[in-house]
Amino acid sequence: MTSPLQQKIKITGPSVVTANRTFDGVVIYRTAAKGWSTELSNAAIVRAADEARALLAESIADDVGAIGAYIAPVEIDESGEVSPGNLREHIRRQGVTIDLPVSA
Amino acid sequence: MYAYDEIDRTLINERVTEFRDQVGRRLSGELTEDEFKSLRLMNGVYLQLHAYMLRVAIPYGTLSSEQMRRLAHVARRYDRGYGHFTTRQNIQYNWIKLAELPDALADLAEVGIHAMQTSGNCTRNITADHWAGVAPGEIEDPRIWAELLRQYSTLHPEFSFLPRKFKFAITASDHDRAAIKVHDIGLRLHKNAQGETGFEVLVGGGLGRTPFIGKTIKPFVPGRDLLSYVEAILRVYNQYGRRDNIYKARIKILVHELGIEKFAQEVESEWLQMRDSALALDDAVVEEIRSRFTYPAYEKLPAMPDELKKAAHDPDFEAWRRNSVATHKVPGYAVVTISLKPVGGPPGDATAEQMEAVAALADKYSFGEIRVGHEQNLALPHVAKRDLPVLWRALDKNGLATPNVNLVTDIIACPGLDYCSLANARSIPIAQELTRRFANHDTANLIGRLHVNISGCINACGHHHVGHIGILGVEKNGEEFYQITIGGRADENATVGTLIGPSVPYGEVADVVEDIVEAYLALRARPDELFIDTVKRLGVEPFRERVYATR
Repeated sequence: MTSPLQQKIKITGPSVVTANRTFDGVVIYRTAAKGWSTELSNAAIVRAADEARALLAESIADDVGAIGAYIAPVEIDESGEVSPGNLREHIRRQGVTIDLPVSA
Repeated sequence: MYAYDEIDRTLINERVTEFRDQVGRRLSGELTEDEFKSLRLMNGVYLQLHAYMLRVAIPYGTLSSEQMRRLAHVARRYDRGYGHFTTRQNIQYNWIKLAELPDALADLAEVGIHAMQTSGNCTRNITADHWAGVAPGEIEDPRIWAELLRQYSTLHPEFSFLPRKFKFAITASDHDRAAIKVHDIGLRLHKNAQGETGFEVLVGGGLGRTPFIGKTIKPFVPGRDLLSYVEAILRVYNQYGRRDNIYKARIKILVHELGIEKFAQEVESEWLQMRDSALALDDAVVEEIRSRFTYPAYEKLPAMPDELKKAAHDPDFEAWRRNSVATHKVPGYAVVTISLKPVGGPPGDATAEQMEAVAALADKYSFGEIRVGHEQNLALPHVAKRDLPVLWRALDKNGLATPNVNLVTDIIACPGLDYCSLANARSIPIAQELTRRFANHDTANLIGRLHVNISGCINACGHHHVGHIGILGVEKNGEEFYQITIGGRADENATVGTLIGPSVPYGEVADVVEDIVEAYLALRARPDELFIDTVKRLGVEPFRERVYATR
């Protein structure tokens, strides 16, 4: 399989690097401080392919902390609030769109 | 029930120990994810959108009450209190932590449950008719052969790295409840003209991106030759199956490209070389497996007990009985399907409490045995008819008596984009909305048998191709759209459904299904002409017209 770093990186707007935490699979975002956060608001924002490639490279290098790192689009509103750029990422951030089964 | 022997128990326990070590090395960084991925997949561990997912096998869909309690325990202790029963007689846990997986597997191993070969390019869980052993008219219990195949295929060194995954299903009834025609190998036990028992072997069935109905490769294979014959098929597939393109790697593509005649010749040639090898089955081996299946000591009971006559006056009981209770091979007993499709609920999900309730009811009313069907429902296979009213009340108390088995709200659905990293669109909310639209059981009964199957992507885990109404989620410019097919079926007359027209957005799917159902009600020749028969008689055009007239 082709490594994400060997694939052509094309971004059309602000983006972040997201992955799942190795320990428990929780959704995480790469921060500017070269760490991970479960909060999208803490994610490092990239806007150009070179920046994205560099952020992805350092994310993938942390193989112990995270798995499956990739670049995901985000939207930033006028107040600077960051939100996921597509439905998949909305669901990853906010959880399932249904009520989880609970005991009667 | 099948009683595991020391070899099975040792194998499962050793696998847990091995996996515990692998997980430890992964968490310490000794193993990279690239190195670990194939190891975790061999133990049924996927990474989904929000968490790891553990897929646990329920071979041939048979569970003891003790095993069901343990599934509940794992749901409660290691997950979020529920599990999802799948279309391949597995259960999936959606929120499990990698570090806790070895403990969960160890707990399961104590009752003979494992997750081996629930993923990866190997032979997957062997599935069977979930009414095996109790269905009237069955040739014999197909689980004996399913168990034989399970033992044969578990850790098979030659077939642990096939071009792609490989799925067997087996039935011994004329009416196929195991969907054998959409499996890589489908086996149908039957008798030949001489009255001997053997297998019709089908090959190359499958759904996914390129659906095919399985073709008969050999109409009769004696039991003695079952293993050698399937090994010949697997060898030909292993040799010629495509490894260069994941989308063309399943055996169905090989069978299609070679043609069934050429493929059969290759298999025959391979088989003749090994037919009398160690794979030729000794009767004693089959009998040994047969002897490890235990059956209830049925009583002689009346076919129409007083309790049932009395309860027949209760319309709610009768509504449930008509849909959920099936004839058993032993008079006085019944097979009870437990719907896991409550109105507004995710299809196939059961809470830990519900699993425990089912286990307790199985102990009380079904000789401690439970079945899991590919339609994502459960069954109690040995219920005395006199106990049906009291069982119904107990099921109802636990939210398990929705009277919709085989009706429009008995929906098969994959986890879809709410959970699955492969999905393009959501499945569960579509199913939930449909169950609300058709919540009126009188309406659902008026419509009659109608299977709606929903997949959130082309991989077709929700078997949309073979739904009477099939719904496939796709992504278009960042939005969820759904393609609708009609006329599919997964039984002995298996057919792939036909697309009725352009895809429709998320918000219109339930309306489209309502339109299709209304068209059917207007078009059916008689009240007892099933939806699937109306579609067969008229084709898709009248339905297409109805759906797209105003869209």
